[in-house]
Amino acid sequence: MDVRSTKNYMFWLFCQFELITCSYLMEPWEKVLFYSFNISLVGTLLYSAYACAAAHAGAALQLLGHCLGAQQGDPSAAAAAAVK
Amino acid sequence: INHIVHNGGLYKRPFNEAFEETPMLVAVLTYVGYGVLTLFGYLRDFMRQWKIEKCQNATEREEQKDFVPLYQDFENFYNRNLYMRIRDSWNRPICSVPGAKVDMMERVSHDYNWTFTYTGRVIKDIINMGSYNYLGFAQNAGPCQEAAAKVLSQYGAGVCSTRQEMGNLEKHEELEKLVARFLGVESAMAYGMGFATNSMNIPALVGKGCLILSDELNHASLVLGARLSGATIRIFKHNNMQSLEKLLKDAIVHGQPRTRRPWKKILILVEGIYSMEGSIVRLPEVIALKKKYKSYLYLDEAHSIGALGPSGRGVVEYFGLNPEDVDIMMGTFTKSFGAAGGYIGGKKELIDYLRTNSHSAVYATSMSPPVVEQIITSVKCIMGEDGTTIGEARVQQLAENTRYFRRRLKEMGFIIYGNEDSPVVPLMLYMPAKIGAFGREMLKRNIGVVVVGFPATPIIESRARFCLSAAHTKEMLDTALKEINEVGDLLQLKYSRRRLVPLLDRPFDETTYEETED
Repeated sequence: MDVRSTKNYMFWLFCQFELITCSYLMEPWEKVLFYSFNISLVGTLLYSAYACAAAHAGAALQLLGHCLGAQQGDPSAAAAAAVK
Repeated sequence: INHIVHNGGLYKRPFNEAFEETPMLVAVLTYVGYGVLTLFGYLRDFMRQWKIEKCQNATEREEQKDFVPLYQDFENFYNRNLYMRIRDSWNRPICSVPGAKVDMMERVSHDYNWTFTYTGRVIKDIINMGSYNYLGFAQNAGPCQEAAAKVLSQYGAGVCSTRQEMGNLEKHEELEKLVARFLGVESAMAYGMGFATNSMNIPALVGKGCLILSDELNHASLVLGARLSGATIRIFKHNNMQSLEKLLKDAIVHGQPRTRRPWKKILILVEGIYSMEGSIVRLPEVIALKKKYKSYLYLDEAHSIGALGPSGRGVVEYFGLNPEDVDIMMGTFTKSFGAAGGYIGGKKELIDYLRTNSHSAVYATSMSPPVVEQIITSVKCIMGEDGTTIGEARVQQLAENTRYFRRRLKEMGFIIYGNEDSPVVPLMLYMPAKIGAFGREMLKRNIGVVVVGFPATPIIESRARFCLSAAHTKEMLDTALKEINEVGDLLQLKYSRRRLVPLLDRPFDETTYEETED
């Protein structure tokens, strides 16, 4: 039952989108054109976000690993030097 | 902004008028919607020009393609690309008397509103929230109809002449005396068409060398009459007395533009109820200004006669003022009296002058006798002279319906414009797709409403306009309110943020928080 009310809610949300962007008033071929343009726009945005974010995330993780490794490395070296 | 004005004791009752501001998100989304439709409009125009799509609207002939283009302006672009998509909400043919319930012919369109075909079915008993039937006199049975039928069998339907030639029947004289008595003025004159009353009589009253101060949102008939007269026209902000006073001061101090001579006449044009906003004119202040600056007042009571005031005598009675303060009282018989035509009331010299000098009196055919009889019977009914209290009951029923309907709509959370006491209720829709959706959804639920968009309103402020009637019973209003609530939830129309803005024109004190509706 929850699936049905979620489905109804999604349909209602889609109707609101149709009303706001006036695709409610368009003929079917105009709707196809409009939705395909929208979907391709959103898809391009998501892909570019994935591509940039993946590159930046990889670089950020590398930097973090370097910092932690350097931190762990230095105190143990200093402690070893102090003991000696 | 909610105003309760206590302006030097001019107002004997609170004046509650509110025009809630458009929420920013809604305005942005409305522009987005119009932007998308404009882009698709350009695409369709391109396809029509390159013959990819069949062109079904009016265009110039092949031989005239090199002339100055006729259909390139914004109005025509709007017409063929935006108006056509939602055209099925207008011009709906009705096939019964437009009372509280009406029958409508069903029509479908197979080519997206370019042509309509009738299915042959008649949709019965649609609750009529769109007709100007304020006192419920649009009836096909009852004393008005019987009297009109009798007069029709006596005089016939046509008069075949103008008022000045052979068209002045004794019925017209009777009507004019009755209207003068009803309004409390010395004399009145009736014309066959309300629009023509304004547009043909203002040129007879003012001319070149006179000044007309007209409200921003005046009706097309007043604007046309003002332009035809040749007088100088200056516009003041809607219902804004500071703007009007500034214009009056400038006019008196500076006089005519080049010669600095004093103006021959200054005429202030206002309406009783503005039909697109539902606002009532601030008549006590206008009259005070008129007396101070020695100008003349032309009051167009098209929607307010019969609909306001404890005994239905219009906005002058609503504010408790003297009818002799208004120089020219104009009104129409179309709205509250269930007939057609207009009248002008005022001093005897003024009306005698108009009888000889008005274009309408000289050239327009006189009113048809059954229509005159309908007006006479309905005015007598409102005044109570036919021996019953039907008229009084109807005026009170209309006031109750107005208060109830407006209160319930505000509680539901819609943005409603206008004064608390006006029977014209505009409900804001804003987005263009919602204009078409609202009209269609309400018709599916058997309620007929009038939706209004550009160019009758500013482009983002489209609305649905309800006209209440004394013929609506509480059950009908409850049904209508339930359906409006449903459609409002379905289309997300409940934009109101219910904020009470503090008053601007009196100092802050603790009574500011006691603004409750009674």
